[in-house]
Amino acid sequence: MTPNPEIPADPSAPNELGHWGEFGGQYVPETLMPALAELEQAYQRYREDPEFKAELEALLKDYVGRPSPLTLASRLSEEVGAKVYLKREDLNHTGAHKINAVLAQALLARRMGKKRIIAETGAGQHGVATATACALFDLDCVVYMGAEDVRRQSLNVFKMKTLGAEVVAVQSGSRTLKDATNEAIRDWVTNVRDTYYIIGSVVGPHPYPMMVRDFQSIIGREAKQQLFEKEGRLPTIAVACVGGGSNAIGLFHEFIPDQVRLIGVEAAGEGLDAKHAATLSKGRPGVLHGSRSYLLQDQWGQIQEAHSISAGLDYPGVGPEHSHLKLTERAEYRAVTDDEALDAFQRLSRLEGIIPALESSHAIAQVLKLKGEVKPDDIILVNLSGRGDKDMNTVAQALGVSL
Amino acid sequence: MTVQTEDRIARAFAAARAEGRTPVFPFIPAGWPEIDATVEIVEAAVAGGAAGVEIGLPFSDPMGDGPTNQRAYEEAIRNGANAETVFAAVRELRARGVSVPLIVMGYFNPLLSYGISRFVQTAAEAGVDGLITVDLPPQEAGEVEAPAREAGLHMIYLLAPTSTEDRIQLVADHGSGFIYCVGVVGITGARSVLSDELPEYIARVRAQTDLPLAIGFGISSREHVRQVGEYADAAVVGSAFVQLVGETPREERPAKVRAYLEEITGRDSG
Repeated sequence: MTPNPEIPADPSAPNELGHWGEFGGQYVPETLMPALAELEQAYQRYREDPEFKAELEALLKDYVGRPSPLTLASRLSEEVGAKVYLKREDLNHTGAHKINAVLAQALLARRMGKKRIIAETGAGQHGVATATACALFDLDCVVYMGAEDVRRQSLNVFKMKTLGAEVVAVQSGSRTLKDATNEAIRDWVTNVRDTYYIIGSVVGPHPYPMMVRDFQSIIGREAKQQLFEKEGRLPTIAVACVGGGSNAIGLFHEFIPDQVRLIGVEAAGEGLDAKHAATLSKGRPGVLHGSRSYLLQDQWGQIQEAHSISAGLDYPGVGPEHSHLKLTERAEYRAVTDDEALDAFQRLSRLEGIIPALESSHAIAQVLKLKGEVKPDDIILVNLSGRGDKDMNTVAQALGVSL
Repeated sequence: MTVQTEDRIARAFAAARAEGRTPVFPFIPAGWPEIDATVEIVEAAVAGGAAGVEIGLPFSDPMGDGPTNQRAYEEAIRNGANAETVFAAVRELRARGVSVPLIVMGYFNPLLSYGISRFVQTAAEAGVDGLITVDLPPQEAGEVEAPAREAGLHMIYLLAPTSTEDRIQLVADHGSGFIYCVGVVGITGARSVLSDELPEYIARVRAQTDLPLAIGFGISSREHVRQVGEYADAAVVGSAFVQLVGETPREERPAKVRAYLEEITGRDSG
């Protein structure tokens, strides 16, 4: 099997203004409107371009290592009482699913003649992936990262610098992902003529949520084919964690027309009545970072700080298509606490010899919660979106272990 | 659009034209530096010659603003400022007889969260003349435009040096009052020189609309206002004014604000 970046005709496309129902859109300063139009044009042109597709396909195969394996998690399956398969995005080069959309966007940036790349990052995975692509393609790279995340994810900061990127620690607001995103947008507004903004998730103004989804949808397409080869059928349930929601939409997209239950797992942090990042579970619709979607906000529309032990889920917004999938009830969204995620992190490590990212641990925790609800011949497909190396310090600290 | 006697924006532009002045609109976030500071700042600015004032509706994530305005918004929110703070200040200013245009400038989410029709009605009743919403371009603004028009509020859209002819046409078709031409490719903040591309860019906009054109972002001195007057109809002074207010102790503020406006409008030189 070779990686197949073919993007099929889309039954769940947004309208021409980038809206899924009431969500999505282009809520940006006027300065950016021409850049979004240019991006959309370039994307529509190159997504069908045989040379672009061939170049992306070769990169995904020979550089990223796609297709990523589909692993039957035997001992976890026994524990849960259904067959659990893990889609191994953790085995991608740079350790997470982020690289899929980053390489594709870097190829697009090159074709658009942009020599300077900017990105925002929370956990640092998207920043590392972007720095990697920029090293590969010899592009200037500036990564914005909240000062609080710079502290929490120092290893990834050092990785980005090793790869030649400039990392800017953002001191404004809550000093996390949302503030890094504001700062990246400010840079883009200022340098829009020669700069490409690689957004790391299915958020931001149209066409980003659609484009990043399309580039991530290879996850679900591969998984579907791999599962057909192993089991000859569709999964019963597909599960993925949701921060901005790119790995989840990447897994779900292929299954939206199918009879497959889709479960997105948000970060309940210290609990849904305390500090959390469960935007779909507890937020209400609003406009942030260029699109309309569910948000964590106060009664006056001020954006609230999110909290999760996992920096990659620590975001008060969510991709607009997820808001649409929630409202139309095509997908269901659950929330898992920091403690439950930490427990799942340890259990997957000991049951399967796979140390998951804290983000992905939320999806595993949700799978563990399905025990009793599922039958032995059910198939649960989980997106193991990233590996846990970057989280070892955080987990050690949470468990009271000094390294 | 016909000029109505109660249209304070049209009246301000007409008066400035008659007197051969370039009208200056300062920008100040509501509820900042102190929660109750807005009325005295606006009154002092008007006394110094401000043709109108843009009052900022604070937002936690102002992605079009530079550090000066961001910090002011953050402090305003900590002071407890919100949409009601803006309306209360405008009501008070009208009660005190301030008759220049008062325009609410901000981001969409606080407006959306308040409820669009409730927001535009409350704003109009308080005495607001128009709305400038940085992250609400005309193609997304339908749900605000209709009720705002009905309430008697102008929808003032922005254009940028990057704007294409299509975008200029869209803004010309949907906007009223004036068009806010962002003077730079960038975020708000004082700059030492204005962009070289300003004359060409303003000429492109002028070719497609009869609406007055205000230039903002980067304006900080009398010399800037003079240059703006060569191509456009008004100047907006944002971050430079915000910085002055932030640096000045409250008791000295009315005199300093008034003197600053007198200086940049050219009133002090007669």
